[in-house]
Amino acid sequence: MSKFRKDGGKELPAISTASLPDIVFMLLFFFMVSTTMRDVELNVSYVQPQAKELTKLEKKDLVSNIHVGVPLRKFQKTFGSESRIQLNDQFATVDDIQQFIASEREARKEELRNKLTTSLKVDRYTKMGIIVDIKQELRKASALKLNYSALQGAEEN
Amino acid sequence: MADIAFLLLIFFLVSTTMDVDTGIYKKLPPIPEKDQVEDDVKVKKRNVLAILVNRNDELLVNGELLDISQLREKTKEFILNPNNDENLPEKQIKTVPYFGDVPVSKGLVSLQNDRGTSYEMYIRVQDELAIAARELKDEKAMQKWSKKYSELDDDQQDAVKKYVPMAISEAEPKNVGGKR
Repeated sequence: MSKFRKDGGKELPAISTASLPDIVFMLLFFFMVSTTMRDVELNVSYVQPQAKELTKLEKKDLVSNIHVGVPLRKFQKTFGSESRIQLNDQFATVDDIQQFIASEREARKEELRNKLTTSLKVDRYTKMGIIVDIKQELRKASALKLNYSALQGAEEN
Repeated sequence: MADIAFLLLIFFLVSTTMDVDTGIYKKLPPIPEKDQVEDDVKVKKRNVLAILVNRNDELLVNGELLDISQLREKTKEFILNPNNDENLPEKQIKTVPYFGDVPVSKGLVSLQNDRGTSYEMYIRVQDELAIAARELKDEKAMQKWSKKYSELDDDQQDAVKKYVPMAISEAEPKNVGGKR
């Protein structure tokens, strides 16, 4: 009879799953490469000063950051080009710092609250006036552990 | 294929580092109580290394205009006072573990900066002071144990710290202009 008649007994062969791990890995790599750690979006730009005698900040979860720097271009119309403070995602003034420290404490477990370190990330051309004010506020909030964030500079000898 | 993927995975796991925040660690002094009488601790003039930084980032150390590169040596000389100079700090015989009775400097570094000083200069001064302190400690640790300070155990580090104390006091900010 006809050559093209279907043989009833033949079934479709099962799809090979041998390449499945490869696909999974490919996905894994894709996500590994494409994700970035969630961080605060910076509204200020800063270049940190260099120093030689540095200590590493351990326990990242016990660090709250205060950024001080020149507002980005798009904010300069409203905030000017002088160094400004950024807490979390917004611009802030010196008076907001105590509030900020309080909320940072609130977010931590009770036994860890007094271990909080404040890391000051400040542009190198900032005037000390604003830093002095921040330090006073931190003292008032009794957040006494302070880290002046700096980059490793070359040792000149 | 899976093996290659695993190799890659492990390679990346090992080679990536989280960016670690580095900086100069400081402890702020607690704010003085309001009702506390300001009992200015009297410190003899010879015991103080007064560092003033003005708005043009110039350094005045004990009334002498100094370049930042000279600060480290100046500080070390101040703390050590090798020749028992009359203008350099006094020493007090103290009992320090491991070292016994040794003369310990009563020197105090006092730092004051203008509101117009740049942050970079401030960090550089802090850094130079920190380096001076570390070098002094290393020196003592070398003499005693022929090891660097950072390689000592906790008790030994404490002892060295007592031997070459580095007290830095930052002046309470003065609000001269009355404006933030």
